[in-house]
Amino acid sequence: MRFAILSFPGSSCDVDMYHALVDIVGVGAEIISHQDANLEHFDAVVIPTGASYGDYLRPGALAQSSKSIESLKAFVASGKPVLGIGNGFQILVEAGILPGAFLKNKGLKFRSGNAKLAVLNASSIFTSNYEQGQPLTIPFAHEYGNYYVDADTAQQLKQQDRIVFTYEDGNVDGSVEKIAGVLNEQGNVLGMMPLPERAVEEIIGGTDGLPLFRSILKNWSEKNVHNA
Amino acid sequence: MTKVNIYVTLRESVVDPQGIAVQDALQALGFNEVESVRIGKLIELELAGTNNEIEARVKEMCDKLLVNKVIENYRYEIGEVAGK
Repeated sequence: MRFAILSFPGSSCDVDMYHALVDIVGVGAEIISHQDANLEHFDAVVIPTGASYGDYLRPGALAQSSKSIESLKAFVASGKPVLGIGNGFQILVEAGILPGAFLKNKGLKFRSGNAKLAVLNASSIFTSNYEQGQPLTIPFAHEYGNYYVDADTAQQLKQQDRIVFTYEDGNVDGSVEKIAGVLNEQGNVLGMMPLPERAVEEIIGGTDGLPLFRSILKNWSEKNVHNA
Repeated sequence: MTKVNIYVTLRESVVDPQGIAVQDALQALGFNEVESVRIGKLIELELAGTNNEIEARVKEMCDKLLVNKVIENYRYEIGEVAGK
């Protein structure tokens, strides 16, 4: 299985993601510039975190001007998995691939640390290696981590089981419905603010991010590898 | 050359923590009459075209990039650039 790690000017965790995928999970991955927008021969796309385009205008907004967004939309339409982490989540929201928008953290400050999460939907292609309700500890680092959707959309996300991760430590940054990670309607796109690639080895503080990548691999293998 | 000022503000339904912090600071400085503060941004464009063309283009720019309508509203003013 081959992952494209789609890197924009200012993406900063592309190499961390590469390490997690290739050295720890054991899948193929390639960091590709947003200018080489051909995604066709990849099985999954990850948009890593960072501060693309300096977070100017709104975090994730200026990435829409990249040609790769058209290729990304075609990739999404093909049904293959797309994962946006941190700033990658913000890019997906600004591109209209996921609903909602990001506001500045309620406390107005950049915050980082370990987020306490719960798995609200363990049946998605991204989370099937977790248990329903499983508590997780996954690092986060953001200033615009305050996810916003209007009340009707929030209701829809709940009814369609699209809220995958919630914050369980007071939801300090103020996200609607404590949302830390959300799916698109088809279930093949996940955006999340916490950073699972920073939780793949005991030596860096935990492995709660690993089942996410292994879920993607398992679901791909079930579809694509015979006699697996 | 025409100048366009685009004012981008948070929607009424969206809490503006920055505005609340500034309101608290103003009241701490004795400006107790301040009942609400909302902080937005001003985008200044200079561009060519007839006013009708510009209006259509500016709306398109706001929809495509400059404004996120999930959380923001906008209004704009069109005027000549002074001295040009």
